[in-house]
Amino acid sequence: MVHFKINNIDVTCDDNTTILEAARKNHIDIPTLCNYPDLEIKSECRVCVVEINGQKRLFTSCSTAAKEGMIIQTNSPRVLNARKTIIELILANHDANCAVCPKNLNCELQALANKLGIDENRFPTVLEVKPIDNHNPVLIRNINRCIKCGRCIDVCNNVQAMGVLDVMGRSNTIEITPAFGKYLSDEFCVFCGQCASVCPVGAIIERDDTDQVWEAINNPNFHVIVQVAPAVRVSLGEELGMEPGSIVTEKVIAALKYLGFDAVYDTDFAADLTIMEEGTELIGRIMNGGTLPMMTSCCPGWISYAEQKYPEILDHISTCKSPQQMFGTLAKSYYAEKTSLDAKNIFVVSIMPCTAKKYEAQRIEMSIDNVNPDVDVVLTTRELGKMIRQMGINFENIKEMPFDLPFGITTGAAAIFGATGGVMEAALRSVYEIVNEKELTDLNFKSVRGLEGLKEAEVELGGQLVKVAVAHTLGNAKIMCEQVKAGTSPYTFIEIMCCPGGCIGGGGQPYGTTKEVRQKRMDAIYQVDESMTIRKSHKNPDILALYKDYLEKPNSQKAHHLLHTHYHSRNK
Amino acid sequence: MILLKEVLSKYPKEQEYLIEILLEYQTSKKNHYISAEDVASIAKYLDIPESQVCSVISFYTMLSMKPKGKFVIQVCHDVPCFVNDSTSIYDKLAELLGIQDGETTKDGLFTLEITECIGRCNESPVMRVNDSVYVSLTPAKVEKIIQKLRGDAK
Amino acid sequence: MIQMKMITNRFGKINPLSIDSYINLDGYKGLKKALSIHPTKIIDEIEKSKIRGRGGAGFPTHIKVRALSKQLGGKFIVCNADEGEPGNFKDRSILENDPHAVVEGMIILAYATGASKGYIYIRGEYQNAIKIMKATIKAAEEKKLLGDKILNKSFSFKIEIRSGAGSYVCGEEFSLIESIEGKPGRSRTKPPFPTEKGIHDLPTLINNVETFANFPHIILMGGEEFAKIGTPSSTGTKLISLSGNVKNKGLYEVPFGTSIRDVIFKLGKGVKNNRKIKMVQLGGASGPLIPEYMLDMSIDFDRFENFDSKTGTGAIIVIDDRFDLFDVLLINMKFFVHQSCGKCAPCREGHVQIVNLLNKFINHRATEKDLMSIENLANVIQQTSLCGLGQTSMTSIISSLRYFRDDYLSKVRY
Repeated sequence: MVHFKINNIDVTCDDNTTILEAARKNHIDIPTLCNYPDLEIKSECRVCVVEINGQKRLFTSCSTAAKEGMIIQTNSPRVLNARKTIIELILANHDANCAVCPKNLNCELQALANKLGIDENRFPTVLEVKPIDNHNPVLIRNINRCIKCGRCIDVCNNVQAMGVLDVMGRSNTIEITPAFGKYLSDEFCVFCGQCASVCPVGAIIERDDTDQVWEAINNPNFHVIVQVAPAVRVSLGEELGMEPGSIVTEKVIAALKYLGFDAVYDTDFAADLTIMEEGTELIGRIMNGGTLPMMTSCCPGWISYAEQKYPEILDHISTCKSPQQMFGTLAKSYYAEKTSLDAKNIFVVSIMPCTAKKYEAQRIEMSIDNVNPDVDVVLTTRELGKMIRQMGINFENIKEMPFDLPFGITTGAAAIFGATGGVMEAALRSVYEIVNEKELTDLNFKSVRGLEGLKEAEVELGGQLVKVAVAHTLGNAKIMCEQVKAGTSPYTFIEIMCCPGGCIGGGGQPYGTTKEVRQKRMDAIYQVDESMTIRKSHKNPDILALYKDYLEKPNSQKAHHLLHTHYHSRNK
Repeated sequence: MILLKEVLSKYPKEQEYLIEILLEYQTSKKNHYISAEDVASIAKYLDIPESQVCSVISFYTMLSMKPKGKFVIQVCHDVPCFVNDSTSIYDKLAELLGIQDGETTKDGLFTLEITECIGRCNESPVMRVNDSVYVSLTPAKVEKIIQKLRGDAK
Repeated sequence: MIQMKMITNRFGKINPLSIDSYINLDGYKGLKKALSIHPTKIIDEIEKSKIRGRGGAGFPTHIKVRALSKQLGGKFIVCNADEGEPGNFKDRSILENDPHAVVEGMIILAYATGASKGYIYIRGEYQNAIKIMKATIKAAEEKKLLGDKILNKSFSFKIEIRSGAGSYVCGEEFSLIESIEGKPGRSRTKPPFPTEKGIHDLPTLINNVETFANFPHIILMGGEEFAKIGTPSSTGTKLISLSGNVKNKGLYEVPFGTSIRDVIFKLGKGVKNNRKIKMVQLGGASGPLIPEYMLDMSIDFDRFENFDSKTGTGAIIVIDDRFDLFDVLLINMKFFVHQSCGKCAPCREGHVQIVNLLNKFINHRATEKDLMSIENLANVIQQTSLCGLGQTSMTSIISSLRYFRDDYLSKVRY
C-alpha cells in the first residue's frame, strides 16, 4: 500500500498504481488527451502533468507510479500554465474550424480547451494545409486535424495487427499516414473503423451519408425502408445520452418512423436466414467432405482482410452473404414482388454498428440487377444519432413501436449476432438440433461468449466430437488464418469478427468504447436473447414460410443465386 | 551496385537489422535512395508492414526515399562552424553548383544540403561529400574539391 | 601543465589498428586484473571512484552498474557513441585514436554485471570510426578477449557494432534502444528505466564512450586513487572539445575543477585576432550561454546543475563579439526543431514557436509580451518534455534571458 497526498488530500492506493489511477479512484480530476483506456500508456501529450514536491520538472500522472510520501499538486499555477500552453501549442498546428467539424461538441481537444479556459491562442498558427484523403466510400482522413496522439496506430498495429498507419517523418512535420502517404484505399485497410473509434478529434471519421438518406426520404418516388442491426438496439441509447447497454429496440423503431422511413425492419430476420443457409452449408461440407474448417462470412472487415492477406484460404469461407446483404437482396426481389413495387424505387438503408458495411454495400457482387446496390446506403449508429438530434427527437421518452412485417419476427439466436461468439452460438443451436435430431437441453453455449480473443468449444454432432473456434480482432484472426493456411487447424467451424467484442465494438459505435462498455453492450445482447420467445433460427415461422413461399429450401438454386456470393483475391 | 537480395541475405530476418540493411543498400546505390519496390522487398523479408519501413526511412536524415545526386554534399552550419565562417563555404557551393539547400543539380551530380554538427569542430568549417569529410575549408579549397569531383565523375 | 593525459595518453603514440601496440602500452592490463577479482568488488571500485557519466547527464555510474548486476537473465551493455551534441568530438577522438580502451572498458563492465552481449552504437556520420571499431572487435576476438571463454575464463561476451542513421535524439538512452531495435528513435515512457527494461525489454546499461574508457584506469589504480583526481563531486578527468573562435581548437584533457578560463586561454591560447569574448556555450547546443565574467567557473557537474542543465559533455564553444546572441540562439533552436523526434507535444510543437519568436526579436518586431511568451514557453518545454532533448534544449534560451537580457530588451519594440 502507498500513502501520499494529492492537493492536500490523503490518498491510499495499491503498489504500482499510477498517480492518475489513484487520483481517479479518489474522484480527483486530472485532464488527459492521448490517454485511452485499454490502449498503451503513451505519455505523449503531456497534458496530465502534475507537480511533485522536490522535483524540478513536472511529471505525467498517467505514467508515474505513486510513491510513499509523495506530495502532489494537480492544479498549481505552474501546472495549469503548462497545460494551457501545451493545448495552445497543439491548437496552433490544428485546423480549429470547430463549427463545421463533424466532431464539434464531441471532440476531446475542444473539450480540454474549454475546460482550461483558453479564450485566445498566444501562438500563431503554423498549420500547413494538406489534402484530405476521401478516396474511399468509408473513412475520411483529415490530416489537418490530427494531433499525433498515436491512438490510431496503436489500434491498427497492436489490436488489428494490420499496420496500415504509422508515423512518417520527424519533428513538427510528422504525419500519420499509410506507407508513402498512400490513400487508405490503396493500402490494406479493411475499413474496420477502429481508428475512427479512438480518434479524439476529427482526423479520421466515417463518411457521412445522412444527406443521401434525407434526400431519399424526401423523394416521393422512393419507398424507403430501413433495417436495424442487432448491435444497434443496445447502443443507440448510449449515443443519445443513455447508459451503455440500454436496450432501446422499440425506441429506435419509433425514431426511424418519425424520421420518415416508410417501413422499419429487423436485420435479425436476415440473421436467422443466414443461419439457415450457413448451417445447411456447414452440414453439407461436413457430410460430403467439403472444405473445412468453414469460416463465417458476415463480417466485411474480415472478408476484406482474407481477400487481401490470405487469398489462398478463401475456399474455407462460407459463401453466404451477410445478414445486411441478404436483407437487401430480399428487399429488391421477394419484397418488391410481394408489395408490387418496382425494385428500382425501393431504397434500402441499413443502420449498422460498423463502418466496413459501407464498403460491403457497394461491392459489385452485392447487386442483383447489376445496376443499383441491394443496400443503397449504410449509416452507422453515430450517423443515426446525428439524424435524431437534427430532428430534435426526445429519444428517451419517445412512444415505442414494433418492427414492421413481413421481416419482423426474429429470434434470440439472431440477436446475439451482435456479440463475438454470437454467430457461432446461433449456428450451433440450429445445427445441433438438425444433425442430432434432438432438442438442445441448454441453449447457452457459454464457452464461446465473452471478451477473450480466442475461444473454443466442443460439440457433439452426429456422434462425433467437433471442435469450433471464435476469434475477434484481426490480430486473432491472423492466428486462425495461419493455422488454416498451414493445414493444422483442429477446428471444423470458425467464427471471425474483425472488431474487438464483435459488432457491439464496431467502428461505427458511440465514441468512448472501452472494455467496460463493450461488456455492458454484450450483456444487453444476451438479455435480449433471453427475453425472446423463439431463440433458435430454424424455429422462426416467418423464415420457414419464406422458404416455403419463395426460396424452396436452404442452399436451393434460388437461395444460392440471391443469398450467396463469392470472393476474390485482392493481393496488391 | 549490389542487388538488394544480396544485402538481405547477409542479415537475419529480424527488424533489429532494418537500419543496417537500409544503410548498406542505400550506400551501394548511385543515387543514394530507397525506392518503393525496395521497401516492399525489405518489408516482406523482415515480415513487417511497409508502413514501418517507411516510418524508419523518413525518420533518419541519412536515409532517403527520394533520389539524390551522385555526390551528396553536406555543409555543417552549427555554431562552432558558423562562427568559423561556414556561411562563406555554403555560399561558394551554392554559387558553384547553382543550387540551394535540398536541391540537386540538373546533371544529377551534386546534391547540396545544410547539415548539423558532424563532430569535426576542431577543424571547422567542414563538409561531408558522401562518406568523406573535408576540413579546414576555405572558398578556394571548396572550388578545387568541386573541380576534382567533376573530373572524377567523367 | 594544466592537462592531465589519462584517457588521451595513448593518442598519437599507438597505431589504433594494432592491438599489439595497445597491449604494449598497458592495454588490457585493466581487464586482466578485473578478471582476477570478484565482480562485486569491481562494482565496489567503481563506486569508490565516484565516477559520473561522461555523456552529459553526469549520473553516478555505480548506481546503474549495480542495478544491472542485480538483474537476472539476459542483459546488455551498450556504448553510446552517438556523439551528436554540436561542438563535441571527444568520443570520435577516442574511437579513432584508442579504440581498444573502449572495448576493454566494456568487457570489464560485462564481467562485473554478468552481461553476455554488447553493442557499440556509433552515429552514422562517423564512418571512419565505424570501420576502426569493426576492425578492433575482430582483433580482440582473435586474441580471445571477446567471444566465448574470454582469456580462458568461463565468461563470454560478444560485441556488435551498430550504426546510427542521422538522428541526434538517438543519443538519448531510450531513443538509442529503439534505434538498436530497428525502429525510429523515439523515446519511451519512463519508468521503467533501461536497467529494468531496455533492448527487447531486457535489462540494459548504457554508458558513454569516455565513461567506458575510464574503467581500465579505475581498476588499475583503484577507485580511491581515482577519486583523488578532480573535485569531490566530480572525480577524474574530463575531455574538453574546445572550438569556436579560439586560436588552438582541439581536444584537451583536464582534471575536473579546472576553470573554463584556463582551458580557453592556457590551452586554447585565447581568442583569434585577440577579439573579445561575447559568450561561451558550454556542453553544446543544449548547454548554457555564459558571459565572459563567468569564465572563472570551474568545470564540475554540480556547477552545471545550477543551470538546470545536464550537459556535462565538456564542450566549450567560444564566440567572439562579431556575433549576435540571436544568430547563435536561432542556429541552436533550428537544430532542435530538426532533431525533435516529434513524439511529445511540447517539444514537437514548441520548438517551432520558439524559432518564430526569435525571428521577431531578430527583425525588431518583438513586443514585451513576446519576451514573456518566450520565457514562459522555454520553461514549459523544459519542464514537460518527455525526454532529455526537450528537457535541455531550452538551456541556452533560459541562460541568455538571465545573462544577456539586455540583448533581448534592445530588440523589443514596445
